[in-house]
Amino acid sequence: MFNKNDFKLLMGFVLVAVALFIVVKVTQTSGSYAKVLVNGQEYGTYSLDKDTEVLIESDLGKNYMIIKDGKCYLEDADCPDKLCVLQGAIDKDGQSIICLPHLVVITIYSDEKSEYDSIAQ
Amino acid sequence: MKNNYISKMGLLIGVALILSYIESLFPFFYGIPGIKLGLPNMAIVLAMYILSSRDALIINCLRIILSGFMFGNLAGIMFSISGAAISFIFMYILKKTDKFSIKGVSITGGVMHNVAQIIIAAFVVKTSGIVYYMPFLILAGVFTGLLNGIIAQEVKKHIEQ
Repeated sequence: MFNKNDFKLLMGFVLVAVALFIVVKVTQTSGSYAKVLVNGQEYGTYSLDKDTEVLIESDLGKNYMIIKDGKCYLEDADCPDKLCVLQGAIDKDGQSIICLPHLVVITIYSDEKSEYDSIAQ
Repeated sequence: MKNNYISKMGLLIGVALILSYIESLFPFFYGIPGIKLGLPNMAIVLAMYILSSRDALIINCLRIILSGFMFGNLAGIMFSISGAAISFIFMYILKKTDKFSIKGVSITGGVMHNVAQIIIAAFVVKTSGIVYYMPFLILAGVFTGLLNGIIAQEVKKHIEQ
């Protein structure tokens, strides 16, 4: 049923995926703030340390963002598919939630660099 | 022979289009962008085996242009072309080596399609964060590619009889 080479190939891909997953998990650092872009323009920056609720409003629609326990997620949106809500909570540096119909991009950043700067000072 | 060839080409383009349509009904999976069932790839892999790689390429191009204008838009076509081209190149190389069965070729096609699309998406949205989805996309590609490969293999058996 299964050709030997096919099986090797399959295992190869699975191994690469697992290796990548480990690399991502190890190198990923927790973020410290969420930056919200609407249509490429900065809408606001919110610290993950403080629990907040933000209504991201534009001509295209509304997204209701919640920051709780150091994680950021979209609770609700008035787009038809609600894919952004399905994307879940994010808290790692570089992770993002994207709402295509409203052109909203929420990205997590860490300010580790500025931390080092302050230590150096 | 010529009629046989024309009818097979027409049939496979038709099948590829129907599969594209079915796929367009599921734009996302579990919130991870880029994961696709890759259903049309089933018809492309089948074409590679029962016709030739050249014919598979023709079907692939027609499929993207036709389905793009019917169920998508121009931006969607650009996305599809890049994903399909890269996955086709890898499938072609793999088939050339003659070391893999239709399933191995289909798996490679599925994985490469997802990987290519996520890399292009990363450039378009200008967020490298998308790369975090890569492991899931590779696994999804293996899974859907394998299913497509098994189905294509069974269909091929019946066509050859």
